[in-house]
Amino acid sequence: MGLISNGTTIFDAGALDSGLAKGAMTLIKKLTASSSGTLSFVNGSSNVVLDSTYKEYMFTFNNIHPSAQSSFRVGFRDGGTDYDAPKATTNFNAQHNEADTSTNIGYEGTYDQANATGFLTLDQEGVGTDNDASLSGILHLYDPASTTFVKHFMSTVQHYYASSWSMNTYVAGYCNTTTAIDAVQFKMSSGNIDSGDICLYGIS
Amino acid sequence: MGVISNGTTLLDAGALDSGVPSGVMTHIKTLTASSSGTLSFVNGASSVVFDGTYKEYVFKFIDMHPSGDNVNFTFNLSVDSGSNYNVTKTTNFWEAYHKEDGTDQYLATADGRDLAQSTAFQQLNGAGVQDENDGCISGTLTIYDPANTTFVKHFMSVSACNAHPSHYAWHAFMSGYGNTTSAVNAIQFKMSSGNIDAGTIKMYGIK
Repeated sequence: MGLISNGTTIFDAGALDSGLAKGAMTLIKKLTASSSGTLSFVNGSSNVVLDSTYKEYMFTFNNIHPSAQSSFRVGFRDGGTDYDAPKATTNFNAQHNEADTSTNIGYEGTYDQANATGFLTLDQEGVGTDNDASLSGILHLYDPASTTFVKHFMSTVQHYYASSWSMNTYVAGYCNTTTAIDAVQFKMSSGNIDSGDICLYGIS
Repeated sequence: MGVISNGTTLLDAGALDSGVPSGVMTHIKTLTASSSGTLSFVNGASSVVFDGTYKEYVFKFIDMHPSGDNVNFTFNLSVDSGSNYNVTKTTNFWEAYHKEDGTDQYLATADGRDLAQSTAFQQLNGAGVQDENDGCISGTLTIYDPANTTFVKHFMSVSACNAHPSHYAWHAFMSGYGNTTSAVNAIQFKMSSGNIDAGTIKMYGIK
């Protein structure tokens, strides 16, 4: 059954009509960590959409809390089962400690990648394990289904580093492949993600 | 026909009721480049809304690929519905980059890419976009309250690019203001030379 109001189709065939004004940001999937080794978003699995349906995908990280002081990392899958797409990236950070004795902004070559296939660190120095320590932020991934261009991405995170530091880290770069990216996985550099959630959105 | 549920109007007169949650980010227009000299969004033309309807407008540019090598992806604003794209701007620009072979990395302001009371087009990339088949730039440009006739018009952008020369990951930040109290009602994107061979620009209004 459809519904037409004042000559305008509102919904039909089980869906809102495409001409109806609605939000451009669609929640696709939310994963909640519970002592999790990895959190993965795989196209076609568990209702995850990560293909050409959207030109931009956005991941939000909310209070990612590790079991051990470690870095929050991401890997991209470009075929096969491994999250090993090669990446060229930048990493810089602004930081300030609670004691107000030190501030800094600078590039950090320890955490960038030059066509490396390993998981990419999205913070600097890692996230602390104090009960109230966590990481929150965002990652944009552009056109992962493209088979013509590299796959650009940009991330900004705010995290609480051990010894009471506020850390604001910016990461950007590209998966240096023309193969489609069809899955994204997050994990800590060691130990588990004890708690926190990651949401995947499509931007239409 | 309208639909009322439990005393609440859900839809009437062919539209969802304004009280029904429908998201705060509204897609307004998508332009797709195909060897395009310019891509323009003009209020009132081709279903584009670029006025006081929204306090914030977001442009997402995805996989912008130039016809020529080492060129800049740029934008400018108009206060006369696109007759002229020449609003005076003062901007700042800073960037981080890293070479694919790991031999070069840097974080700094980039004086040569900013503008000081200039009517020229503002670049959104750092080093030039490369024209290799997989070369492109993606990112976001946000413009605040373009219809305001009291204040200057602030904007901010962030982009990621695989840049000329020699394959760099380039993370570029630009912000500034259109130094005008006239309402801005159009925006144009183009390469500093040649065409935009491919790519998509999406325009959104933020409620």
